[in-house]
Formats: sequence, structure tokens, C-alpha cells
Amino acid sequence: MTALLELQDVEARYGPVHVLHGISLAVQEGSIVAVLGPNGAGKTTTLRAVSGTVRRSGRIAFDGQPLGRLGPAAVTRLGVAHVPEGRGTFAELTVWENLRLGAYTRRGSIQPELERVFSYFPWLSDRRRQEAGTLSGGEQQMLALARAFVLRPRLLLLDEPSLGLAPVLVAELFRIVRQMNKDEGLTVLIVEQNAHLALEAAHAGYVLEAGRVVLAGTSEELQADDSIRRSYLGY
Amino acid sequence: MRNLPGLVTVLAVAGVLCALPFLLSDYHVSLAAQVGIFFIAILGLNILTGYTGQISIGHGAFMAIGGYTTAVLSRDHHTNLVLTMVVAFAICFVVGLIVGLPALRLSGVYLALVTFALAISIPQIPLQYSKFLGGSGGVQSSRTVDNLWIYAAAWTASAILFVLAWLILRGRIGRAFRAVRDSEIAAVASGVELPVYKTLAFGISAAYAGVAGSLFVLATNGFAQPSEFDVFLSLELLIGVAIAGLGSLWGILAGAAFVGLLPQISTSVPVIGAEHGRDVVFGAAVILVMLLVPDGFAGLLARLRRLARA
Amino acid sequence: MATVESSPRPSFRSRRTDVGSLPVVLVLLLGAAIFLLVGCLQSTNFARLTVEGLASGAVYSSLALALVLIYRATHVINFAQGELAMLTTYVAYQLIQWGLPYWGAFFATLAISFALGLVLEVALIRPVLHRSVIATVIVTVGLFILIDGVVNWVWGADLKFMPSPFGNGAFNLGGVAILHLYVGMLAVVAASVLLVWALFRFTKLGLGMRAAAVRPAAAALVGVRVDRMLAIGWGLAAVLGAVAGLMAEPSQLFLSPTLMQSILVYAFAAAVLGGLESPAGAVVGGLTIGVSISLVIGYVPQISSELQLPFAFLVLLIVLLVKPSGLFGRREVRRV
Repeated sequence: MTALLELQDVEARYGPVHVLHGISLAVQEGSIVAVLGPNGAGKTTTLRAVSGTVRRSGRIAFDGQPLGRLGPAAVTRLGVAHVPEGRGTFAELTVWENLRLGAYTRRGSIQPELERVFSYFPWLSDRRRQEAGTLSGGEQQMLALARAFVLRPRLLLLDEPSLGLAPVLVAELFRIVRQMNKDEGLTVLIVEQNAHLALEAAHAGYVLEAGRVVLAGTSEELQADDSIRRSYLGY
Repeated sequence: MRNLPGLVTVLAVAGVLCALPFLLSDYHVSLAAQVGIFFIAILGLNILTGYTGQISIGHGAFMAIGGYTTAVLSRDHHTNLVLTMVVAFAICFVVGLIVGLPALRLSGVYLALVTFALAISIPQIPLQYSKFLGGSGGVQSSRTVDNLWIYAAAWTASAILFVLAWLILRGRIGRAFRAVRDSEIAAVASGVELPVYKTLAFGISAAYAGVAGSLFVLATNGFAQPSEFDVFLSLELLIGVAIAGLGSLWGILAGAAFVGLLPQISTSVPVIGAEHGRDVVFGAAVILVMLLVPDGFAGLLARLRRLARA
Repeated sequence: MATVESSPRPSFRSRRTDVGSLPVVLVLLLGAAIFLLVGCLQSTNFARLTVEGLASGAVYSSLALALVLIYRATHVINFAQGELAMLTTYVAYQLIQWGLPYWGAFFATLAISFALGLVLEVALIRPVLHRSVIATVIVTVGLFILIDGVVNWVWGADLKFMPSPFGNGAFNLGGVAILHLYVGMLAVVAASVLLVWALFRFTKLGLGMRAAAVRPAAAALVGVRVDRMLAIGWGLAAVLGAVAGLMAEPSQLFLSPTLMQSILVYAFAAAVLGGLESPAGAVVGGLTIGVSISLVIGYVPQISSELQLPFAFLVLLIVLLVKPSGLFGRREVRRV
């Protein structure tokens, strides 16, 4: 079975600085895959490579279609939603406008999508006219997730969603992601510092170090191995 | 200027300049003098824009001040013309320092905006105060000079001012200027007194423009009038700096030649009539150069040198 | 070429909503409005000057709005905006010469302007957008000179007569003769500004453009084609500029290549006064400058019409020194 997302020997660089030195990974449709590793390992860059926000080479295929040199706008139109580190919320626009932008690539009415989103985030419905920048950090993260969700993406790229969030909110966020995955079959590729939490939610994981994949396996395998846990995952 | 050409090259250039008047017709000598005048102004503006990174689209105003200084001093006091140029230098230096003070709080496009507005407004001043400044009729100096005089004066002044600029830029002041351009925040952090150097750059560039203005007036029969110092003059100066690029004497020569010669040459463009060929060709040329060679002539030279080495 | 750091680029600054000054500004504006109203009721001369000022102010607003649109989208000051507006006015003139009725030519010109603005952005601005500030300044300056030359070449510098679409009549409002012309100018500018506002506020395209202007990276991630949005922004700005030129012409009686040169300075002053990133500010700024100039020249004998331009320059300078973000701008904190 071909994976929904496949990376083969992907390299990426910021100007003269090479960050990824040949990443290969596969994400099966309907699964949650975690990307773990220490700071500077290239986790965020991997997501950026998929969404086309960074210069990359190597083969990236989404649903069998190579992404080549497609930029972020084009990749989004294929059904990939990227929630970046720092959320990418439009602070100057209202909650409703942020959500509307999430479905920018969709034609026609997005009412059904909005209703779906509000069923996951009921409190958002009351805050429609509020300027997004005045939401709390946790609320903005939820808004970012909701915005990605309005697109009805096939693949969700989540970058450090738990950063700066209170544990209660983090738990809620992961609950929602798992629910989306279960109910809608949403495929998720998640980068997380909190490896424990990520592996609890994920089906499989890749561990990165210095721009290369050093470990891969199902989440059970990764969680079970003590030495792996201690040296790579920090607990 | 980091790429100061060797002594040999400088002497060669000087030699060519001395020989030129004997080889060219009077008309071409006047053209060469024009290039010299622009060389001075662009040299000065380069210190401000190229080195400290402050964009001014208003240096035509300083040329106007210098030009009017010469004309008025000559008309009212019959002052020696070279002396008027020195006075213009001094006056414009002070005015430049004064203008540099509010400029401290502006940068980038904001400064460009303000100086642009200044350039458009300045020609109105002589119109308002016509008794002293001659109104639209202008001011006539008491003595006129021929093209050879202007050629000699322009290139002699160029030489002197070039050496002066070189001395300023290679020393501590030059380093401070470059620090301001590259990062104001870093410059302040390392103790560079921002206001002093930014204002100083304005003063120096204004002084140079003033001298150029004096020569400019003398080149038009000693006649100073508002229409000579319109906004297009300021635009041309900035264009000259952009064409020159940063850090090369040849670049400034190229910039001066571009601005001084191209309008004259394009007057004879066949299809587009005499008067308007000038603007169309000039405008198109400027855009093309910026698109193709954004680092100016200096950047082009640097690229060619790298190619030659490879 | 030296990379010149420009203070408006957001990446180096933190932005705080300048909530504190907004009520003050609104109070000031309200006070000014009351002052004008009272003055108009007291004196017919005052009323006449005010209406004239509002009408010219409308023209400045339109051009200022064009400048703000472009600045918000691409962080470029388009020094050629005035000349572009002048060019499109000549296009309208030519269409009328070829037999089109005024309003047909008007709308055709708007369409042509849109296309022109779009093409210019793609061909000239996009290549230099990521380079230094100086490069974009020089390109727009070169465009200024080029357009000036082209217009002089194609149509000549002599004055051309264009029929005024509003005729020479006047309304009589309580003893004050208000020219149809001024009402027309205000109405047309108001209509175009409202339409553009509605586009931004209520349409998906407008939302995309706003998103692209304020956070291009995030906008790309939701699928907005940022490049395209910038080009459309330039097209819209050209349309607003065309409106300004077409409305400026009747009040100057004749069409000449120098039509927009001083208006550009007033528009700069208006845009800065209102805040370079604030569309509402551009409109308010334009009207303010228009009325101020009209009243000052009318009532202060020392300041003749020749000092209009230096006056606008001073306004520009003072605003930038005292409150660079303008009346409605958000204050950008720049730590040095």
C-alpha cells in the first residue's frame, strides 16, 4: 500500500546552511506519525519541506504525486494543511476571518465545514468577531488547528502544538487531534518536543538527529525500548 | 572606496583628463565638464546613500543653494568665482548638518519621501522671495566663463574632493559610516554615536552638492534660475548613485557619465522627437539597469573580476 | 548596492496597537468637523473655501489611498503613482477624442489602468522587491521619468481641453453656490473608495489580499497566492490613481503633463498624515490637507498659493518627526 506521504532522501537548506541530509519517511493514510528528536535536528524543517516553505531536493510524493518544486500555496491546494510553529494566526483579523482563510482554497459555501469545526471547538462560535490577536496563546493554538481543519485536509502537518501551552490545554488538543483522526480518517504528521505525549497519540514515529533519521518504528516499539527512551526521548 | 585603483591608474586617468580638452571640440568639452560636475555631486551623495544608507531624493536642493550662492555673491559683490565655490561648500555643509538633524528620525523610504517633497518644494522659494533671489527671472552672475574654465575647475575640484573623500572614508569616520549602513542597532551597541555620523554624512554630501551646484550655474552662463533645479535634477543624482554602485571609483565615473551624457546623447534619438527622446530613453535605461544590474556598475565590475579570476 | 534598512519593515519591530491615541484623534476630528460646520454657517466665503478644499481633498485622498494600498501590500513607495494617474487621464482623453462618450471612456480607462498596474507590478516591481529599498525607489523614479517622457512624446506638452462631465452649473445651498463639479468630484471619489473598501471587507479575494499584505508567509500556508494578490493590489491602486487623475483634471480646466506632480506631494502628505498603512487615514488625511490648504490660503495673506507645496512639505516633515505612524497608524516600536 502506498503511503499518503512519502519522503525519499530529502535534503533542505536555508541559504548556505544545510539542515536535512537525506530524510526518508512514509506516512500511511489514516495514521498519526510523530517526528521526534532534539532541538536543531531538523524536525520543523521536515514539515516545511513537505509544505514547500523551504528549498528542498529529493523526492516528496503526496498521494503518489511528486511535489517537485511546488510552493506552499499549491501544496495547500492539494489538501495539505500546515499549522506552523507559532501558529501562523492572522492576529489582525477576526476569528471568523481566520477560519474563512483556512478554507481559502475551497470554492462555494463553507457552512458545513464551519459547523463541523464548531462541533469540535464550540467556544469559537461565540468569539467570531473577536480580533484573533487578543485570544490567549492556548486559544490561538486551537484556532490554528480549527483553521487547518476547515480546509478538510487529507494531511495535517502539526509543528510543536504543545509549545507554551498549559498541560490541560495540551491534553485537550491531543484529544481533539486523536478524535479527528478516528472520526474523519485525518492523517497527521506531528512534530513534538513532548515525545511522551506524541507517542501516546501516534501510531508510529521517526527520531531525527542532525538532519537524519536515526530511528523508526511503531509507537509501541519506541516506547518500549528503555535505552532509546532515555537517550533520544529524554525520559 | 575599497577598490582605490593603483597610483598608476590614477595618474593615467589624470593624464587623459589633461589631454582631453586638446582632443575634443568645444561642445564635447562642455559635455565632459558636465560629467565632472555630476561626478562631484554623485561622489558626495554616494557618501550619504552608499555608505551610511540614507536615501536622499533632495540633493538638487543643495545644488540650488550652492548655485545661487555663487550667482548672488558674484552679482552683488563681484566675488572671485573660485572663492564663491568655497563659500558654497561651507554654507551647504552647515545647511546639510541642519537638514541632517530631522533626518535622524527618519530612515529608508520615509527619508526618501521627505527629501522628494523637499526637492519639489525648493524651486518655489526663489519665486516667493523674488527681490533677493530673482524670482523666475533668476540671478545672473557678474562674470561668465568659457567651457574650458569649467572643465578645468570641475575636474580639479573633482580630484581634490575625491582625495578628501578617500581620506575620510578609509579612516575611523568611514568605518563608522559603514557601521551605520549595515546595522544601526549594532552600530549603537558598539558605541558609534549615530547622530553625529548620520548628520556628518549629510553635511559632507550637501557640501559636495553645493560645489557641484556652483559649477552647474557657471556652466549655464552664470545664470541661476529655479527651473534648472527642479525635481528631475535630484532624481538624476540619486540615479547616478544607484548606477555607480558601492565602493568603486570607476562606478562613480560611470554614474556621472550615465547621468551627464545619456540625456544629451538621447536627444538625437530618431523616432522619438528631440526633446522627449531624452526622458523616454533615460527612464527606460534607468529601469533596465536596475533590473539587470541592481548592484550598479561597481557590482558589475566585481562580477567581471570574479569571472576573470575563475 | 548598499542594503538600506527601512524603518517600516515589520520583521524587525514589534507592533503594538496604538489604542491610546485613537480616541484623541477622533475627538480632534470631531472638533474640526464642528469648526468647519460652524464656519460654513457663518460665512459664505468660508463655506465656498471649505467645499473647494473638500473637493481637492477628495482627489488627494484617492491618490493617497492608492499609495497606501501599494505600501501595505509591497512596502514600496510608488514615486510614479502620480505620473501613472496622469498617463491614464491622457488615455481617457484619447478615448474621448476617438468618439467615446465621457463615462464610457471613464470606465474603459479604469479597466485599462487596472491592467497597467498589474503589468507594472509583475514586470518591474516583482524582480526588485526582494532587493534593497534603493532598487525599488530607483525603479519607480525611473518609471516617473519614463512616463513623463512618453506622455510628452505621444501627446505633447500643450494644454488639452477635456469636457467636464459635471457641467458648469451650481447648486444653491442657503446662498452659497456649490458647483456641480465639486459635488461630482466628491461623489465619484466616495463611490470608488467605498467600492474598494467593500471589496476588501466582504469578498474572499479582499480577505486574501489583506492576509497577503499583513502576513505573507502565513497567507501562503492557507493557499493564498501572495504574488497574485500583490499584482491585483497594484492594479487596484492604479484604478484609484486613475480616478484621482480624472477628477483632478476638470478642476484644473486643462490637461497637461504636469497635472499630477504637485498632487503627488499632497497625496504623500495625506498618506503620511493618516498613517502609511491606514486606508481610512489616507481618506481623512486627504480631506484634511485639502481643506487646510484651501482655508489657509484663503485667510492668511502671507501664504500665497506659491507656498502650497512648501506647506505640504512641512506637514509631511512634522508628522514624520512627531508621530511617524500618522493619525491612525499602529505605533511600531523601534529600539535604538
